[in-house]
Amino acid sequence: MTGSNDNSTGGVPVPVTPAGATSGAPAEYPPASPAGRGMFGVQGSGDVSGYGGLVRPRKPIEESPRPYGGYFDEVRDALEEAYPEFGDAIEKVVVDRGELTLHVRPERIAEVCQVMRDDLALRFELCSSVSGVDYLGAEERRLHVVYQLTSMTYRRRVRLEAAVSADDPHLPSVTSVYPTADWQERETYDMFGIVFDGHPNLTRILMPDDWEGHPQRKDYPLGGVPVEYKGAEIPPPDRRRSYQ
Amino acid sequence: MTTSNYATERETAEGKVFTVTGGDWDQVVSGTDPINDERIVVNMGPQHPSTHGVLRLILELEGETVREVRSVVGYLHTGIEKNLEYRNWVQGSTFVTRMDYLSPLFNETAYALAVEKLLGITDDITERATTIRVLMMELNRISSHLVWLATTGMELGAISIMLYGFREREYILDIFETITGLRMNHAYVRPGGVAQDVPDDAIVKIRKFLKMMPKKLKEYEDLLSGQPIWTERTKNVAVLDVTACVALGVTGPVLRSAGLAWDLRKTMPYCGYETYEFDVPTHTDGDVWGRYLVRLAEIRESLKLVEQAVDRLAKPGPVMVSDKKIAWPAQLAIGVDGMGNSLEHVAKIMGQSMESLIHHFKLVTEGFRVPPGQVYVGIESPRGELGVHAVSDGGTRPYRVHYREPSFVNLQALPAMAEGGLIADVIAGGASLDPVMGGCDR
Repeated sequence: MTGSNDNSTGGVPVPVTPAGATSGAPAEYPPASPAGRGMFGVQGSGDVSGYGGLVRPRKPIEESPRPYGGYFDEVRDALEEAYPEFGDAIEKVVVDRGELTLHVRPERIAEVCQVMRDDLALRFELCSSVSGVDYLGAEERRLHVVYQLTSMTYRRRVRLEAAVSADDPHLPSVTSVYPTADWQERETYDMFGIVFDGHPNLTRILMPDDWEGHPQRKDYPLGGVPVEYKGAEIPPPDRRRSYQ
Repeated sequence: MTTSNYATERETAEGKVFTVTGGDWDQVVSGTDPINDERIVVNMGPQHPSTHGVLRLILELEGETVREVRSVVGYLHTGIEKNLEYRNWVQGSTFVTRMDYLSPLFNETAYALAVEKLLGITDDITERATTIRVLMMELNRISSHLVWLATTGMELGAISIMLYGFREREYILDIFETITGLRMNHAYVRPGGVAQDVPDDAIVKIRKFLKMMPKKLKEYEDLLSGQPIWTERTKNVAVLDVTACVALGVTGPVLRSAGLAWDLRKTMPYCGYETYEFDVPTHTDGDVWGRYLVRLAEIRESLKLVEQAVDRLAKPGPVMVSDKKIAWPAQLAIGVDGMGNSLEHVAKIMGQSMESLIHHFKLVTEGFRVPPGQVYVGIESPRGELGVHAVSDGGTRPYRVHYREPSFVNLQALPAMAEGGLIADVIAGGASLDPVMGGCDR
């Protein structure tokens, strides 16, 4: 577990240049531990205790073996039957904590959603949620778009996940299949900078139109200023010593 | 400088002189169609008294008819989801409770359920803790629907109902204060259970409330249901059928008012809702009137649930999981300034047990670790499906938490409801969605 990320500085973490926002964000450094690095999250203080160098490895997500149990096998079989390109489009099937996740190749996401909605054995009529997760440092295609589909007919839930890289954050919009994805894709674009091709009006929704950067990305600083409390100066949350 | 048709210029000794003239009025008028081209753009909000919170609507009007609606949200964006990533898992409940400020206990419960699912301790949550959660959520549902009734009444010109709705809601907030120490933003439901047990005087207050509320509901109905102005303003207004609701992701009372009895408490039960007796009220018209009836009926159903939950609380028991690595050691007590550590516990960790002090310190500063993975939990909030997508990377802080906010998703339906109708019905339709902007923008 113990080890240093950067041998050139003798294991002592050095400040990283700010990333993400160029305006409106007062924090100087990105979050202490975007990739599970550093037990105390302290940076640039010359802390040589060694805690700052701890790296927690992140295990890659593994494909689950069959049978999955529950309705998961039925869903997979139905999708395989209804969608001939299943092998090409689905990268991984993961069952964890009683939830089924289909990892879909990003360019296929709209097709898969169409089949998931229209096939009589699947019938995922409702797209409950679309959002993003940034796995910075864990993988090349770090930006994941997560779709939570609900079948009201069969009372089932399935999660679709599509991963894109930050250099080419493009994937088709699912608004033509699920109109409710409209605002949720806009929010995901706003927060993660993921571009949904074919979206009717992909603009920022929560942040101001002229905002720079995408706040939910892990290399975007939290921001904040130090405050005085009973004579002591308390640093902003992302600059405090804390466990990771 | 470019020359303009409206201002010819000539050089004089004093400098350039412009002569401003109008165009030929006949020419201007002939290009327009006075009947069909008279569209004006009206900006409603972001601080319009008739909108819920800081919502801005840009309306394109033709006379009084609305041709296009665009809603602009984001004025209350506070970055709660981002902030969660810099606090430990337990601290998260103090943040999420501030999202949808009319239903804080739903935000907390959904968050707690997600963290518990990540920890794999869903089955270890004690029966009493679950019962208290149900009790608090149903009381909260009543208070939220009362605010809906109050604000919608006010927006449609019924000022008395506004006063009555807020008056009865205050009674529920008083019960909350007795139990959690705060009227709003409770941070009462924590991963692993609830912060502390329900005190006896709260049970007395709830019993009194259960006796009083049916009479009040009757009063509201006497005041509104038969009243011609109320029915005129609500019947056949802002209609949305089941197909439109599902396509636009609209859930909750709006979907049920269109006729689909989709209530996660029944269809995908959580917190033991399958063991309670209650009905899911529906209506078939899918208009504002239907939503009004559905919400009033839901208050009655919630009263039933509250009564059953209170009866179950007669049996004592723990309100936190027994795992001391997750349950906070502090036996919290209500002081004059809200909820805090009990003096007894402070005396123990400071005077008697070094181990207890270390344990307390570790749990409070470091927090517990959550195994890596992701979960999605959906519960039925007063506004529809409230979903929490929580991701852990194995650390003591959430890696990512996303709230699927029903206010945010439901607001998309406003153009579908309002376009083609009258401008006054935009208010009725928007109000019937019951959006809470604190939740919508997070």
